Amino acid sequence: MERVVDPLETAARTRGVRSEAIAFVAMLVLLVLAPTVAYPVFLMKALCFALFACAFNLLIGYVGLLSFGHALYFGWAGYVSAHLAKIGKLTLPYWGGGWHWFVIPLPPLSPELAVLGGTVTAAVLGLIAGALAIRRQGIYFAMITLALAQMMFFFAVQAPFTGGEDGIQAVPRGHLFGLIDLSNQTTLYYVVLVLFLACFLLIYRIIHSPFGEVLKAIRENEPRAISLGYKTDRYKLMAFVLSAALAGAAGATKAIVFQLASLTDVHWTMSGEVVLMTLVGGLGTVFGPVLGAFVIVSMENYLAEFGQWITVIQGVIFVACVLLFRRGIIGEIANALRVRL
Amino acid sequence: MISIFGIPSQALFGQLLIGLINGSFYALLSLGLAVIFGMLNIINFTHGAQYMMGAFVAYLVLQYLGLNYWVALLIAPILVGLTGVIIERLFLKRLYQLDHLYGLLLTFGLALIIQGVFRNYYGSSGLPYQVPELLRGGQNLGFMFLPNYRAWVIFFSLVVCLGTWFVIERTRLGAYLRAATENPTLVRAFGINVPRMITLTYGFGVGLAAIAGVMAAPIYNVSPLMGEDIIIVVFAVVVIGGMGSIMGAIVTGFALGLIEGLTKVFFPEASNTVIFVIMAIVLLIRPAGLFGRAT
Repeated sequence: MERVVDPLETAARTRGVRSEAIAFVAMLVLLVLAPTVAYPVFLMKALCFALFACAFNLLIGYVGLLSFGHALYFGWAGYVSAHLAKIGKLTLPYWGGGWHWFVIPLPPLSPELAVLGGTVTAAVLGLIAGALAIRRQGIYFAMITLALAQMMFFFAVQAPFTGGEDGIQAVPRGHLFGLIDLSNQTTLYYVVLVLFLACFLLIYRIIHSPFGEVLKAIRENEPRAISLGYKTDRYKLMAFVLSAALAGAAGATKAIVFQLASLTDVHWTMSGEVVLMTLVGGLGTVFGPVLGAFVIVSMENYLAEFGQWITVIQGVIFVACVLLFRRGIIGEIANALRVRL
Repeated sequence: MISIFGIPSQALFGQLLIGLINGSFYALLSLGLAVIFGMLNIINFTHGAQYMMGAFVAYLVLQYLGLNYWVALLIAPILVGLTGVIIERLFLKRLYQLDHLYGLLLTFGLALIIQGVFRNYYGSSGLPYQVPELLRGGQNLGFMFLPNYRAWVIFFSLVVCLGTWFVIERTRLGAYLRAATENPTLVRAFGINVPRMITLTYGFGVGLAAIAGVMAAPIYNVSPLMGEDIIIVVFAVVVIGGMGSIMGAIVTGFALGLIEGLTKVFFPEASNTVIFVIMAIVLLIRPAGLFGRAT
């Protein structure tokens, strides 16, 4: 069958692509020049959270699934990557008429392999948690993801390799591919930036692919997507695994950058924070989560003197966003300019 | 000394008792969540904070007004319920036309605010609250020692739970409530003030959380963070039970408390996680929950 092309739709699509291209170039220029005005460590933190928020947004913005447990993938990928970079040796329990330890004698790995290991772990965890959570719809989905994340939080508290309250400290940054020394802050910043941009473009590709169109169809009307013959559960699970893996990449990178993996990153407050970042920036927008992450991370940085009140401020932002501007910053801008961002 | 499965009966029944106590809190809290969800279609993330507020009302009225536990048990649900009414009127009523998840996000934000404010004034370590004089001491049952206060908690939460069940399932008011859950427009056409009913339902559900908070005050310390973790466990309880049935919420709450208590005896490392594991198993076998209808 010949595809009928709607000229209006094509025009809208071209305009959408154009506005997104302009925004992308602006973001790229800002991020490349940023280390001249801001501390690289702060920027790297913001970039890790930006990637985390983009990964989270892939689920809520494009499939309509609210995961309230994304800290699980972020934090556990951090633990695994920190462990791989610092110690390497893996000891896995297995059952054979009693519990035994299966030891894989790995040396401490270079940072790219450590991050890869963390990402793969997050993908596997996402596969398990996602397969459970998509068995229920709507609000139950959020509660299940939160509960599973809390379970893994308690596991992180008790498991010996996570170091309990201390976390895994003094993780070496090492040499990228065994060549590039990452102890220099600026070098590390650009490495993190490249990783962030690669993942950002991957997410962009995913949401604009035929697969992404099906995801949006599920968000708009799942029964209809089912009636059109799509196995929506498979699509949801795939999206969940992708989102978990990308959140894992963010967490794994953060562990290498800060040389630390700790309980903070697996706690549910972290899950709440990523929701807040995405909400502030704009649910279902491409650039919203990035801006949201920068806004929230800067806020935490500059308001650090208020100490405990930060939680209250975050709560107020939550309430204000839900009641007053549900589109978020980027969503409002895109709406005012009538473009897609 | 009697022992069962190699475990002294004192320890076994002691843990089971603690399990039942936790179970009564789970039951009261998940009952409140279910009642609120039924009418408002909102998952009340603030529930844990409101449970904490209940305990704080008990602490504060004792500290500043010298009012004892029994008065607190009466006024805490009313006061916290009133704050609930205000929250519903100010915020929640604006969300009914929107996706469920905005209700969750808004109440999550409110929980952060409430817990943050309390933590700023009272720190995160607990404040002690004495067991009321009338209920000090306990009974020796031969196989275990039963503190009076703990027996009271179990008894009273059962009374409150079953009372709620009776009101909702067996009275005219409850019939209106159930009808409004099914079809609010039709019930409004019959001349019943549904928006007011929704407001009061939220206040009532929140009041249940406050009752649980007052009862928890002498057992755990009064702390701004006491509601933070329990609410996530209660979410798991709600997923296991399904929110369709009032009795389901009560039974699941008590049963899971007991199971948690048993786990503490036989496999203490898993006591924090057992409810979540059960949730995962239930999702695999009966995705709609034990008492839920398929959605």
